Amino acid sequence: MNAALIIIFATIIFSALLGIYAGRRVKMNLENWTVGGRRFGIIIIWLLMAGEIYTTFTFLGASGWAYSKGAPTFYILVYGALAYTLSFFILPALWKVGKRHGLHTQPDFFIKRYDSRPLGILVALIGVFSIIPYLQLQLTGLGLIVEVASNQAVSSQWAIGISFVLTCAFVYTSGIRGTAWVSIIKDIMMIVAVLVVGIGVPMIYFGGFGKMFQTLIEQKPHYLVLPGATSHMGVLWVMSTLLLTGLGFYMWPHVFGSVFSAKSANIIKRNAVIMPFYQIPILFVFMVGFTALLVIPSLENGDMAFLELVNRTYPSWFMGFVGAAGAVTAMVPSSILVLFASTLLAKNVYKAGFNPRASEETVMRLSRFMVLVITTLALVMAIRFPNELVNLLIIGYDGVTQFFPGVVLGLFWKRATKGAVLSGIIVGIAVVVALIYTGHDPFLGMNAGFVGLAVNSIVTLAVCLSTKPKIMDKQGISDI
Amino acid sequence: MQKGTRIALILGAIPFITMVFALPLVNRIEPVILGLPFLLFWLLAWVVLTPFILMAAYFLEKKYNLPEKGEDK
Repeated sequence: MNAALIIIFATIIFSALLGIYAGRRVKMNLENWTVGGRRFGIIIIWLLMAGEIYTTFTFLGASGWAYSKGAPTFYILVYGALAYTLSFFILPALWKVGKRHGLHTQPDFFIKRYDSRPLGILVALIGVFSIIPYLQLQLTGLGLIVEVASNQAVSSQWAIGISFVLTCAFVYTSGIRGTAWVSIIKDIMMIVAVLVVGIGVPMIYFGGFGKMFQTLIEQKPHYLVLPGATSHMGVLWVMSTLLLTGLGFYMWPHVFGSVFSAKSANIIKRNAVIMPFYQIPILFVFMVGFTALLVIPSLENGDMAFLELVNRTYPSWFMGFVGAAGAVTAMVPSSILVLFASTLLAKNVYKAGFNPRASEETVMRLSRFMVLVITTLALVMAIRFPNELVNLLIIGYDGVTQFFPGVVLGLFWKRATKGAVLSGIIVGIAVVVALIYTGHDPFLGMNAGFVGLAVNSIVTLAVCLSTKPKIMDKQGISDI
Repeated sequence: MQKGTRIALILGAIPFITMVFALPLVNRIEPVILGLPFLLFWLLAWVVLTPFILMAAYFLEKKYNLPEKGEDK
């Protein structure tokens, strides 16, 4: 067994134990399991959000796109900052509604605000369908990282299997607290790995990033402006993708749900202010991708650029460190994805759809059972259908972003109705699916998901305006 | 809408204007600033400025809006 392997496994096991330990002496009811009893302060919320947002995609996808596509990858640096700006205005209001009505999940919000269980069930199902590719993305990434980092000593299937079973264990026992605690390890390791490699490789091969870019400008200048090395990812595509991903960011069921775990609306607002700092390390990931483009230009799979370059530049123990960082970077977002997918199925599909009188204990037990089901499903998919990383994520985004009009209008506009939101979501999804499956993505240069969102917004607004406003009942949410 | 909220919203529009809607104007390599091609430099600069813009929005909103009932500080 080599040093790299020991570092990887020690980290994975230590993380899982910490995650399990996080839930000790907390009585696990749904409130504690999904939203941490609504007691998280500014630091833990920041770590948690950063933990779930910054994924293997950051390691592999962002550098892979820099390597194979060039400038279109810059959208990954930017969209988070847009999302946090938007969250400054939206999330505090959402948190208050969640607190007042004891909400745990995104469909809970739709059910309460629009007084419609079918709408909630639809939102839950779209959420779960979008989460599964995201989860698979984490697993595929994890497998790649560990396989390369251990120098093929561990096959990707084994790596995925072991780390995912451990992830499953700490989600099962500790819920969101487990995710939050493991985030600490993950955030630190990830940032160290990205900074060391991102500053290191341009320095080692070119004597600094300025000289690296100079060489790139001389040899491949088209990589540094849109549409980069692609034919279809031009300015319009990046603009529409930025709006899609910026608006869709907090519409992910797991990110949306995590908002409720904060102690107060003010914590959420202050968190929005400091979140954009977390985007800056992505710059260093780009540096790695661009350096790889010049140093090892003929890789078949761009997603491997980061790992290949580290492999050829650093000693094997450091490769082990990167592998370990990559593994926890997949485990943390996976844990929260599994947690929320399970809760959506148990609380918002089973309870809301089939058994409205199910007790909270039943829902809690079923949620935990669903953790096992979803884990197995994602494992099978990750092993059977590995795919190119970024594409999957964009498809998931297309789905969840369709919730945006329903959430924002629901919070701030009394006249938003369930009929309008329901038709908007259905039309939006139909447009996206039609465009993608007929090969029209991008459509007129724009991201298909964005086109769907635009149509969805128009339909939602039009139906709202053509419905006679009714007086809100006393327990209506929009009296906030 | 209270004055503080209005000011905050105007500040909040800045990242969207600079990083999304200004893109057609900044899609270029020259001038290279701090070793970065212009497009990357521009985007990075605004990502770094965004938390400061939001900080200003936070404090101005607090200054001009009436304190909410039962809000922690």
